[in-house]
Amino acid sequence: MTIKAYSIEGNGTFAQDVPAFAAAIRGAGAEIVLVPGVSRAKRSMPAAAMRAGAAIDTNVVAVQAEGDKLTVQRWAYRQRILTAFTRVARPWVILVDPSLFGDVCAQLGVTAEPMPSGAAVETRTTVNGVVAAGKGGESTIKPDSPLLFVAGAGWTKKQADGAAHLDEAAATITGFLAKSGASLGSSKSLVDMPEAAAAFSFMSHMNQVGQTGSTPRHAKGLATCCHGEEPHVVGWRFVNERRAVNLDANCGWAQGKTDVLYVADAFAVMKKVNELL
Amino acid sequence: MAKPLSIVVCGSLVPDPLQTLEPVQTPQGPGLKNEQMLPSVLDPWAACALYEAANLAKQRAGSKVYLVALGPKAKLQQLMMTVAQKAPFTLVAVNGPAGGFTDAAEAATELVKAIKGIPGLDLSSTLLFGGCASASRDAGVTLQFVAETLGITECFMAVDELKLADDDSFSVLERIEGGQYLSSTCSGFPAAIGWATGSLPEPPNNPQVGMMNMRAVMPALMKAPVANVGVGGIAYEKTEVPSAKRDTVVKKDMAVDDIAKEIVDWIRA
Repeated sequence: MTIKAYSIEGNGTFAQDVPAFAAAIRGAGAEIVLVPGVSRAKRSMPAAAMRAGAAIDTNVVAVQAEGDKLTVQRWAYRQRILTAFTRVARPWVILVDPSLFGDVCAQLGVTAEPMPSGAAVETRTTVNGVVAAGKGGESTIKPDSPLLFVAGAGWTKKQADGAAHLDEAAATITGFLAKSGASLGSSKSLVDMPEAAAAFSFMSHMNQVGQTGSTPRHAKGLATCCHGEEPHVVGWRFVNERRAVNLDANCGWAQGKTDVLYVADAFAVMKKVNELL
Repeated sequence: MAKPLSIVVCGSLVPDPLQTLEPVQTPQGPGLKNEQMLPSVLDPWAACALYEAANLAKQRAGSKVYLVALGPKAKLQQLMMTVAQKAPFTLVAVNGPAGGFTDAAEAATELVKAIKGIPGLDLSSTLLFGGCASASRDAGVTLQFVAETLGITECFMAVDELKLADDDSFSVLERIEGGQYLSSTCSGFPAAIGWATGSLPEPPNNPQVGMMNMRAVMPALMKAPVANVGVGGIAYEKTEVPSAKRDTVVKKDMAVDDIAKEIVDWIRA
């Protein structure tokens, strides 16, 4: 079985990447083409594979080769059901989760070469550049951080004095992020709130973790003021060590979704954590 | 003056995210236990695409939004009871499986057939919308397959913002790595847009819009062609729900200082 691996860097346009990628798939002469599932590949590789007459699968998390048979694993239903399957179609383009791409290449004994990209064809699209999400300031999304810090809608609720303390919540969250270097995640309910959008300008839908958000890979995760409902927790599938702070001892986290649940006021706990850090 | 828009939104149903999903084997391949009975919702990202389409259409008089949905007819009918109240659209239904184990290429082929069959649709001036992935198959490839087959050469995925000018040029923000956006401009249609969450809230139910939509929804469901969609060339060896249950330790009545110290020690460990 011939396997070729390509790395993909930078950004490009669909119009120019599709013909370049399709030519690379054809030119590789390989039965299996491995590519990291970065945004550029996800945008253009499906059409490129189709143009090259190849089959394609994305979001692959494991690849097993036995003789001429290759089996891959990927999740269906947003990290709820793990599937393992094979295909007879060749060539077969496999987009591997970017964080696992190096390990998969090493396991299969292949070295990735840069993917030719950006064919000289006319396009109506002009790339203007990369901009940070949110309303200015430093990005709160840090994929390489060992810690994920999730803020839930509870940060916007009325406190013991009967008033919401959005500014205080924002200061506590950003203070923790600055001191811990954690990546900021959010529940859908928080980023959907208009009042949160105004007060938490460092946060956007890009921070959303879960069914309709991202599925980050951090070694540890700390959830605060978040109920741990299943649609959110499916985004924690690859976070190994989990802790949560919530006032409700019967919240979703308590139902086997975290290692430790502290039943406490996250405002007070996180302020103290910030002091200690 | 800006021309009316034609926006084709590809989107179908997925199980309600709060439902427990259990894979089972069926004669057609893997499926879900009680799949026909599971409550469904419009795929969340496709729903964002539909709301964004409706919002754009509202800005140009005479614009039309088509929702091309591949799914079991009976479940589509049920779904339309709620979705039809959200935004004005014309349903183009295709009767077939909408599960997460079906082959994206076969689904795309059926969607292309349905789009080509829309009377009076000029593909050269159409915006093709969809979710950047589905909450069922979650492959993120179907829209690109459809675009490629229809000869649409401009495609943007995981889009959160689209600003349209009167001359049909538009700018988009696509999600890329590290919490960043790729900003691009496109000089005109046709184009395919795979939406992430966008920026619009879910519209409130509007019974008047619902009644207007349902007049066309029922005939569309009645004449929905049967789609030939299955697992395609995929040979499944395993479909399982891995055990994700942890032995949660619930710590009540701990002093705030002690909790904070324990969390800091855990972070630093």
